[in-house]
Amino acid sequence: MDLNILWFILLGVLLAGYAILDGFDLGVGIVHLAVKGDKERRILMNSIGPLWDGNEVWLVTFGGALFAAFPIAYATAFSGFYTAFMALLFALIFRAVSMEFRSKHDSPSWRSFWDVSFSLASGVATLLFGVAVGNAMSGMPIGADMEYHGAFLDLLHPYALLVGVLAVATFAMHGSIYLYLKTEGDLQQRIHGWMWRTFGIFLVLYILTTMFTLVAVPLATRNFHDHPWVWIVVVLNVLAVANIPRAIFLGRPGYAFLSSCATIAALTFLFGVALFPDLIHSSLNPDWSLTVYNASSSHKTLAIMGTIAALGMPFVLAYTSVVYWVFRGKVQLSTLSY
Amino acid sequence: MDLSVLTLSRFQFALTIMFHYLFPPLSIGLGGILVIMEALYLKTGRLEYEAMTKFWTKIFAVNFAMGVASGIVMEFQFGTNWATYSRYVGDVFGSALAAEGIFAFFLESGFLAVLVFGWDRVSPRMHFFSTCMVALGAFFSSIWIVIANSWQQTPAGFHIVGQGLGARAEITDFGAMVFNPSSMHRLAHTVIGAYILAAFFVMSITAYYILKGRHLNFAKKSFTIALIVATVASLAEPISGDLQGRTVAQTQPAKLAAMEAVFHTGQGPTPLYLFGQPDPKEQHVNYGIAVPGLLSLLAYGDSQKPVAGLDQIPQRDWPPVVATFQAFHIMVWLGGLFVVLTLVGMYLLWKGTIFEKRWLLWTFVLVVPLPYVANQFGWMTAEVGRQPWVVYGLLRTSDALSKAVAANQVLGSIIMFVVIYALLFVVWVFVLDSKIKHGPDEVGPLPIGTAPGGLLGIAGLRAGTGGASLTGVDDAKEKE
Repeated sequence: MDLNILWFILLGVLLAGYAILDGFDLGVGIVHLAVKGDKERRILMNSIGPLWDGNEVWLVTFGGALFAAFPIAYATAFSGFYTAFMALLFALIFRAVSMEFRSKHDSPSWRSFWDVSFSLASGVATLLFGVAVGNAMSGMPIGADMEYHGAFLDLLHPYALLVGVLAVATFAMHGSIYLYLKTEGDLQQRIHGWMWRTFGIFLVLYILTTMFTLVAVPLATRNFHDHPWVWIVVVLNVLAVANIPRAIFLGRPGYAFLSSCATIAALTFLFGVALFPDLIHSSLNPDWSLTVYNASSSHKTLAIMGTIAALGMPFVLAYTSVVYWVFRGKVQLSTLSY
Repeated sequence: MDLSVLTLSRFQFALTIMFHYLFPPLSIGLGGILVIMEALYLKTGRLEYEAMTKFWTKIFAVNFAMGVASGIVMEFQFGTNWATYSRYVGDVFGSALAAEGIFAFFLESGFLAVLVFGWDRVSPRMHFFSTCMVALGAFFSSIWIVIANSWQQTPAGFHIVGQGLGARAEITDFGAMVFNPSSMHRLAHTVIGAYILAAFFVMSITAYYILKGRHLNFAKKSFTIALIVATVASLAEPISGDLQGRTVAQTQPAKLAAMEAVFHTGQGPTPLYLFGQPDPKEQHVNYGIAVPGLLSLLAYGDSQKPVAGLDQIPQRDWPPVVATFQAFHIMVWLGGLFVVLTLVGMYLLWKGTIFEKRWLLWTFVLVVPLPYVANQFGWMTAEVGRQPWVVYGLLRTSDALSKAVAANQVLGSIIMFVVIYALLFVVWVFVLDSKIKHGPDEVGPLPIGTAPGGLLGIAGLRAGTGGASLTGVDDAKEKE
């Protein structure tokens, strides 16, 4: 295995880490407006209060690592999807400040403004992530000059939108299970119902997307022929999905949450399989695709970054675990909360 | 007006970076000040230091969130608007950005959670450790960002691969890239500038409390800590600036010539303008007052050696002279003002009369925008003075653009940024204002061990200050 492939895998790990971790707090944002009343909304927001910022850092680091390891793909993707990325930025900015500002002032209209802004921004950001994945899967008009030749609206084709909606449903389910773990009493009982409903919606969209992919996105399965072991992950994915309702039914929400984490990890893995060895498929000519080789930094930079990652990642994992351990248990509102 | 993609993208970058840089210096400096305050709390066990740390932590958290939100924009923008630049520098610049993500951001954001929300969940020592880690994280991120930026000023440790539009820089020596000629001097200057800003920020708020007779004990102690930090930092800044100036003289002669509007290389000593208004067309400085030979002395340590002027550089490679000159001079004058103000403050602190000098306290309340201006203008000197290059001598700003982006897209995003940033700024000031009006939680002057234990003890302690009911109401309000 060479360094280019190693960095492709590491980017996948960062992306999966981001999707699992920020996935549940985006999901909490998506379902945020389903509770009424200031106290319950504060409980929802504070369930992710200490954690969302650290979770978002996985995205920032993913972006930094993409820039560093595959600058050409980073430049093409970010400039080509200019409007989409700007929309994503605005969503992320609003999400961050909504949480920070919401409870800082005691007025119903102030608070509902930031509640709506928080929820909408979470939904839009998730949808855009899904749309980006959908476009990466199906390929984009990349020319011989390695530049994107299309418009913003070209990104919103049915397949990409379907993956976008699937992302929203996945995170809503993931967030609901997380909330079930973090709440108690009457609120928790209601969230129990959300878990079932969001799982139902997720399941329908998951099946639809799988069928659509198999029928209409031939690129996504090309690696399956040469690497049949990938089917193991497909099976694991299905088992993880099936275990979610089983665990909810048996009253073991912790297992349900782990299963939904595993589902997201497996989906990210399959996304990587669908891409490899490309980072961006060219829909105009396969030879113009940006691959882990023609879009990468030099061998030396990949090696330096590998050293940085090897030194840094143990610390990152250690203090991420410490923070999650410190904030374990049910949400308690205090003067320190949002 | 020329609404090309280049003009618009440059405008957008200036807008977003200047807005972003309102927040990081306070995070960097206040992080360090929080460490001092909490260390005092651990050492003395006095509740007022705890209240102090908690109050400034809340301010820190709001500021930090704004920094994160506006900072993601910067990371995205390299790719969205400056794709050619990203391809060109990715190999060199990328490892610094990745290191920032892995070493700094995770550290800051992880421990910030403990710092802000963890008071009741971890031991005081663990909490103090988290505060240190947050301050360290803020410092780490300044290291990597300044290194990356310095590489654009004084590229080192690389070679160029490919030709024409396909050319890009590839790293050959990581150590030489990190310790490029300007990085360490610029890092020191940036971090010290951040400490000046944060200390003046703390002094402004606490001087206001003192003038209004509120939270006196808290305010005087915070003010004193901040004044000491501000004095040390303000005195160190000119020294660091001098070191940096010598590097600029060696590595970026065009920038130095623009900073001082040296249009013509003379035969003998080159003067230093105290102020003036350069006229690039006439190649002359109007209304200027200059100290003979001082620029030669500062740049080379030799008052007789002439400084290379803009006449030795092709005109198409000139930076904008007026902006560079004025940004630099305003920064230097403000730096001088900070030295004077803090020294006057220290003298009166030593005499023990500072808190009676209302004029001085009002001055400290009102000057708080000036360190912000100085920080912004310092960066403006560095960045405008580097033009027309985005990577000095290698890649022109005009060649660094994204080719796939159209002018109307950039115009659209600029409008969005202006609207959103204006809104955020107003809300930020509003939230800050309500935090300041609320003030710290009142505590009695008794040390921890002497109060009777339990809730009653704390209630008694608070009742002793006469603020029990007020504080109680405030707490209840915040809970809702």
